[in-house]
Amino acid sequence: MPETQPLLDARGLVKHYPIKGGVMLKEIAAVKAVDDVSLSIQRGETLGLVGESGCGKSTFGRAILRLEEPTAGEVWFDGDNILAYEREQLRALRQKMQIIFQDPFSSLNPRKPVASIIGEPLLIHGMKSRRERDARVLELLRVVGLRQEHMRRYPHMFSGGQRQRIGVARALALNPQLVVCDEAVSALDVSIQAQVLNLLKDLQEDFGLTYLFISHDLHVVEHISDRVAVMYLGKIVEIAASETIYAQPLHPYTQALLSASPMPDPTHRRKRIILKGDVPSPINPPPGCRFHTRCPFAEAICAEKEPALREVNPGHQAACHFAGQVGL
Amino acid sequence: MSTASNPYDRHPIFDQLGQLWRNKTAIIGLVIISGFILVAILAPVLSPHDPVETSLYDQLKPPVWHETGTWKNILGTDELGRDTLSRIIYGARVSLTVAIVSVGIAFTLGTLLGCISGYYKGFWDSLIMRIMDMILAFPYLLLAIVVVAYLGPSLQNAMMAIGITYVPRFARIVRGSVLEECEKDYVMAARAVGAPDWRIIFIGILPNCLGPLIVQTTLSMASAILDAAALSFLGLGAQPPTPEWGGMIARSRALILRASWVMTFPGIAILLAVLGFNLLGDGLRDALDPRLRD
Repeated sequence: MPETQPLLDARGLVKHYPIKGGVMLKEIAAVKAVDDVSLSIQRGETLGLVGESGCGKSTFGRAILRLEEPTAGEVWFDGDNILAYEREQLRALRQKMQIIFQDPFSSLNPRKPVASIIGEPLLIHGMKSRRERDARVLELLRVVGLRQEHMRRYPHMFSGGQRQRIGVARALALNPQLVVCDEAVSALDVSIQAQVLNLLKDLQEDFGLTYLFISHDLHVVEHISDRVAVMYLGKIVEIAASETIYAQPLHPYTQALLSASPMPDPTHRRKRIILKGDVPSPINPPPGCRFHTRCPFAEAICAEKEPALREVNPGHQAACHFAGQVGL
Repeated sequence: MSTASNPYDRHPIFDQLGQLWRNKTAIIGLVIISGFILVAILAPVLSPHDPVETSLYDQLKPPVWHETGTWKNILGTDELGRDTLSRIIYGARVSLTVAIVSVGIAFTLGTLLGCISGYYKGFWDSLIMRIMDMILAFPYLLLAIVVVAYLGPSLQNAMMAIGITYVPRFARIVRGSVLEECEKDYVMAARAVGAPDWRIIFIGILPNCLGPLIVQTTLSMASAILDAAALSFLGLGAQPPTPEWGGMIARSRALILRASWVMTFPGIAILLAVLGFNLLGDGLRDALDPRLRD
């Protein structure tokens, strides 16, 4: 392959949550949160992953870190299939992959001071000396824009933005290569969002980080991502470079999403696609194309045959029978 | 480095405990319990007589304010001439030991089982919780009687029996709190940095479950004292001549019409001790765990 080896390569990743019922607690159904998703992330890249809530984007982010055990598929990180890792290997891998959470109020242990929260990963991975840890914690606090006197404080004394910075510092403590930002700014005020986003961008340059940036907010993703993948009901429906997907979305779902997101220019008029109905249940997704029940352009084939994710334009993949032919 | 007086640097539990000072009933409880602890520690200094020494000439002496009472035996004597005040003072040691040991057993076992149950869920959760349900299905005292009957009547076995019967309440409270905490992202964050399970449970989650645990511990101590007294009353706890409040009541039962004071004072002692722990427990509940308020 001429391409350089991607840092992370998920192949056919599946995560089903079994629903148990009956007296014997047999599996009677499954929530198909992530269904056969393949994505790769290049070193130093930011891949945005967008979709409605409940589409499986967070589950995907957690499955590639093995915080949720995937049901099937492969995850290759730096040339190794990490799903085959044993406990000790997995522990070592934790240094290379980290996660930043959405809710800065639940992601920090309220009973621990900041120094312990950021220092915990260091302690676990062998930095036993307290002085050494504190020095590193201080360094990390400075990197994320906090100060020395914050070290001994408890999380409840901080604002949401500051807490998120603490979460960023914890994720960076072990010098990871890949950071999954799971709705990392969604819980913050818009002004704070921009600060944290810029911080994340700066850190990426300084430390050569690779991001999987999960969000439901298209503008946030556009701002930070090199490429964007759109997810619907556990499947990737479209992937393209950030500029391309916003300028020329090929999948009707992406088009609908984009047309629904507010524009900063009030004079700008555009056609909107209003989607009818609700997202179908991931327990029993519709046959064929999963989007056909709400797609304004659906035809007979859409209910029968599931469209594969195919390259429509160079570097632009979409999973739609009529990609490029329908739309606005 | 910042100083400890900075309010930002204080562990959050201190802010919650601070509310305790504004709670008058809790302070009353605290005072009563502190009194009992002091009495228990200083028993040899405070008690005027040896609690097990009998005196054939001083049988059933009434308390000092009675016409025939003397300052020699302030609260009178029992049928063997033993000084009631001294026995009650030494009895505080027994009762406090029972409270600490039996609740200690229940706390340790219950917390451990509750953590395993709440953190690992699934099979172990079902197994542990069904066993707890079985224990709960028996009336406490009846179960304790069965355990003591099996192990043989002694104070140690009574403490063990009470401890075992109290395990489920701790296990359930801890399991509930752990289940709730497990939903929070900091647990997953700890997993993401590679923290081992024991660290996540005991260093990460457990400190967040302390509020309800402290409350349960205090309230359980009250019922442990009561249950130990009941077991001793039935002859299954402390054996004579140990000065135990329940046992003192049991043996003076026949004298209730002739010398009611022999039975009254140990009864008051039990009442005060239980009241103290309950008042403190209620105060702690208000301060630490608003969810438990009725």
